[in-house]
Amino acid sequence: MSIAAAQKRSFGAVLWDYLTTVDHKKIAHLYLIGGGFFFLLGGLEAMIIRIQLIKPENDFVSAGFYNEVFTMHGTTMIFLAAMPLLLGLMNAAVPLQIGARDVAFPFLNSLGFWLFMFGGLLLNMSWFFGGAPDAGWTSYVPVSTTSPGHGVDFYVMGLQIAGAGTLIGGINFLVTIINMRAPGMTFMRMPLFSWTTFITSVLILFAFPALTVGLFLLMFDRMFGTAFFDVSLGGNTIIWQHLFWIFGHPEVYILILPTFGIFSDVFSTFSKKRLFGYTAMVFATILIAFLGFMVWAHHMFTVGLGPVANSLFAIATMAIAVPTGIKIFNWLATMWGGSITINTTMLWSLGFIPTFTIGGMTGVMVASVVADYQYHDTYFVVAHFHYVIVGGTVFGIMAGLHHWWPKMFGRILNETMGKLTFWTFFIGFHLTFFIQHFLGLMGMPRRYWVFLENQGLDLGNLISTIGAFFMAFGVIVFMINVVYSAVKGEKAGADPWDGRTLEWTIASPPPFYNFKQTPLVRGLDPLWIEKTEGKGKMTPAEPLGDIHMPNPTFLPFMMSLGLFVAGFGFIYQVNYDWAYGLLFGGMAITLVCMLLRSLKDDHGYHIPKEELEGKAK
Amino acid sequence: MKGWMGKIRAVFLLGLTALVLSACGRENLTALDPKGYGAQKSFDLIILSTVVMLFVLAAVMVVYTIVLIKYRKKKGQEDYIPKQVEGNKTLETIWTIIPIILLLIIAVPTVTATFDLADTSGSDDHMNIQVTGNQYWWHFNYEGQEIQTSQDMYIPVGEKVYLNMKSADVTHSFWLPTVTGKMDVNPDNENTMYIEAYEEGVYWGKCAEFCGPAHSLMDFKVIAVSQDEFDQWVADMQNVDPDAEPDSAVAQDGKALFEENNCMGCHAIGSSPVQVGPNLTDFGNRSKLAGTEEMNKENLVQWIMDPESMKPGNKMTGNYPEVSKDEAGKIAEYLLQLKPSEITPESAKD
Ligand code: HEM
Ligand SMILES: [Cu+2]
Repeated sequence: MSIAAAQKRSFGAVLWDYLTTVDHKKIAHLYLIGGGFFFLLGGLEAMIIRIQLIKPENDFVSAGFYNEVFTMHGTTMIFLAAMPLLLGLMNAAVPLQIGARDVAFPFLNSLGFWLFMFGGLLLNMSWFFGGAPDAGWTSYVPVSTTSPGHGVDFYVMGLQIAGAGTLIGGINFLVTIINMRAPGMTFMRMPLFSWTTFITSVLILFAFPALTVGLFLLMFDRMFGTAFFDVSLGGNTIIWQHLFWIFGHPEVYILILPTFGIFSDVFSTFSKKRLFGYTAMVFATILIAFLGFMVWAHHMFTVGLGPVANSLFAIATMAIAVPTGIKIFNWLATMWGGSITINTTMLWSLGFIPTFTIGGMTGVMVASVVADYQYHDTYFVVAHFHYVIVGGTVFGIMAGLHHWWPKMFGRILNETMGKLTFWTFFIGFHLTFFIQHFLGLMGMPRRYWVFLENQGLDLGNLISTIGAFFMAFGVIVFMINVVYSAVKGEKAGADPWDGRTLEWTIASPPPFYNFKQTPLVRGLDPLWIEKTEGKGKMTPAEPLGDIHMPNPTFLPFMMSLGLFVAGFGFIYQVNYDWAYGLLFGGMAITLVCMLLRSLKDDHGYHIPKEELEGKAK
Repeated sequence: MKGWMGKIRAVFLLGLTALVLSACGRENLTALDPKGYGAQKSFDLIILSTVVMLFVLAAVMVVYTIVLIKYRKKKGQEDYIPKQVEGNKTLETIWTIIPIILLLIIAVPTVTATFDLADTSGSDDHMNIQVTGNQYWWHFNYEGQEIQTSQDMYIPVGEKVYLNMKSADVTHSFWLPTVTGKMDVNPDNENTMYIEAYEEGVYWGKCAEFCGPAHSLMDFKVIAVSQDEFDQWVADMQNVDPDAEPDSAVAQDGKALFEENNCMGCHAIGSSPVQVGPNLTDFGNRSKLAGTEEMNKENLVQWIMDPESMKPGNKMTGNYPEVSKDEAGKIAEYLLQLKPSEITPESAKD
């Protein structure tokens, strides 16, 4: 649904359409809006952090508020911005890339989104109900179990609900990619972005349950008086760290692998070459994902696990650098000998290479246990993970957005503004974070509300804050670009970039049933094959026939709303009996919706063949 | 576009190099100018891994630059279609094997150093100090010597000192960048590490694990003095009479007020191991007030009257009767004259 066409209908109709949609392309829009909103919120929080640290012993914000701000910044950026934006891109591109009419479970797809959205809203409601969580995005016990107020309770409930949404989204992509590929699209002919989405979904499937368990234990300790983490009653605090990082380390690969896929597709498209070492790239991805589960304790080198554990985890961690290195060199080799077009999409991808290489470098350095005794919990680590998360994930999301924007909205983002965004953000980013490596080594721990005078940390922090303003400027230009392109943007054809994969074979934006006839795939880069063999378009794999479509439904929204309400009930039953009303009321809404969904048969509807034929003319 | 991108990068790198060369940070806080055993081990690995990794970065950047210069789409080449290369076994093997070798160069010394620093078998032959992390201050108990201090830890230079560390509340992390790396201080178990300072000096330490509102103010000092001075300090500390009457009348009033207001409920003077609040035996010699503020009467009066204004979330606020400014002044006078030893942070600066 293009924005121009939508404007012709009433606002109410469009809203209702989005609230009930099960179309993966519209769900992609929802994810971009939701994730984009939280990204701005997280960015605002980042600016508060950096303004507070512009000079020593600043009193711009109080210690308590600062702790809430950095906790919410980290939590928001990881769970509510980066991951949803990636899920948005996956929803926009993956079904098209594999030649599918839809995802495997359209209902679940919508449920996944609404759970994320309501979980995120619940988490942020804490700002209005007496204080946000203040124990860091890692929420280490006992700081989190003893944190007064309800901030951490909002963290627990919000993430539990949003996490369920992510898990559902992951399972949906797994099944979609296994079952719904077009004829001829074997696994080893799948575009890299679809591959990394697949592997990422496996990671989600195995990592999120660890978070779920951890959050349940924390919930019971805080709300129902258990003592899993209370040392004085026989509990253990290190267990939380293990549970958290068994989830948390794979989580960073959940953030990075999809963008590896995006960059692979982008480099080959804009170099006009097939991806160098495709098989190696696929296996490198699988290897990274596997090792991602083997290295969680590298976040715990200073906990006191002993030299044997520390050494093993250090070596496993360093091993990840090998497949990652393979990827970097294969990307370079993809461009080598190519015919490179540098537009905004490519700028983000080219900016990624040096940035992420530095992030990977410091990753190996941090893996060197004894060196980490200095880096751990300092600004060195803050610099390292921003080099990988921003340099990898955010750059990748920006590349992906510019790449698929025409496909999603039928309009091309403005190139001049795109370049301005890239350059200010890129320069600002390095200004902000490069210097933090040194700040860390010069004695600045992370999560410090103030740094003291006369410690040699003033200049570095000032530069860092200036850089953050550059980044904020870049983001603002990007938002202007989005609005501008919606109104005046250049219209895009089906294949604006001379693409190589299936999503470029259909109109921009695609019809709601995607492919009128499922395409026949004859190799890697199917569209490219047809182009070079002079046909320029796909051969259908089936005769024209009726298309089966799912009905829109309001149930996912209601189910998530029910859990949102119940979340408040769980949090406030600690102090007030009336909160049980919310708890049971909310759960009832969700359960009734589930019952309705189970009892009512919904077979969807068919688009008759005749109508499709009519449309073709 | 590419031209000025290169320039920006060059200027940027030059500026940073200048910055780094001119200042590695404060000499008693930085990890880049090690003056102790653990810090030296860390530093060696930091340098080794940086050099190896810079080599990798250089390799990437060389290929990257060539690609960007040579393979941009040129005018008149709009229809040019490059050869579709599938891959290259030899090349791919090379960039798999070389990183493995480079990683081994880092891994072997890493493992050796890890085992070295974790070897605490020598603790019986050396001085042991029990370190307790508290929100938001540090307690040091010199095992077997009947000495308790808080915030400031005196050690003899060139000697191994073993620290047995545990937290009284939440997880903290003991970080002394110039002398050694950090180790977490958990409520669950006791972690042991050893430190050895190579030079005399007052080394600044910080809590590195987020522990609450005043986390960024949870500083401590390690004061490394010569063996003779240290022996002197130990003797002085062991001879403290906690009940000794101060010389001046104001301080005597202060002592009375200190007792009246039940400050003793949390603080101790002498070697009694009360740990709710910092031990004040050598308070007058402390290098900083509450870990971070300058040590003077004015600050101390403010602290006594309103600790919250200096350390948000601290556990002293609200746990004693209100004192007037006059009373606080007297108490301050008393506390500031608690100087049991000639050996002070000044002694470490020779
Ligand atoms: C404008 C861009 C950004 C700026 C200026 C910024 C700044 C910061 C700073 C200074 C901290 C350290 C707080 C401290 O430990 O004292 C921090 C923490 C963090 N940032 Fe960012 N950040 C930015 C963007 C991002 C993005 C895009 C992500 C992820 C997608 C992210 C993820 C995190 C995380 C996970 C933490 C750790 C929070 C915690 O310690 O609990 N940041 N950020
Ligand atoms: Cu602490």
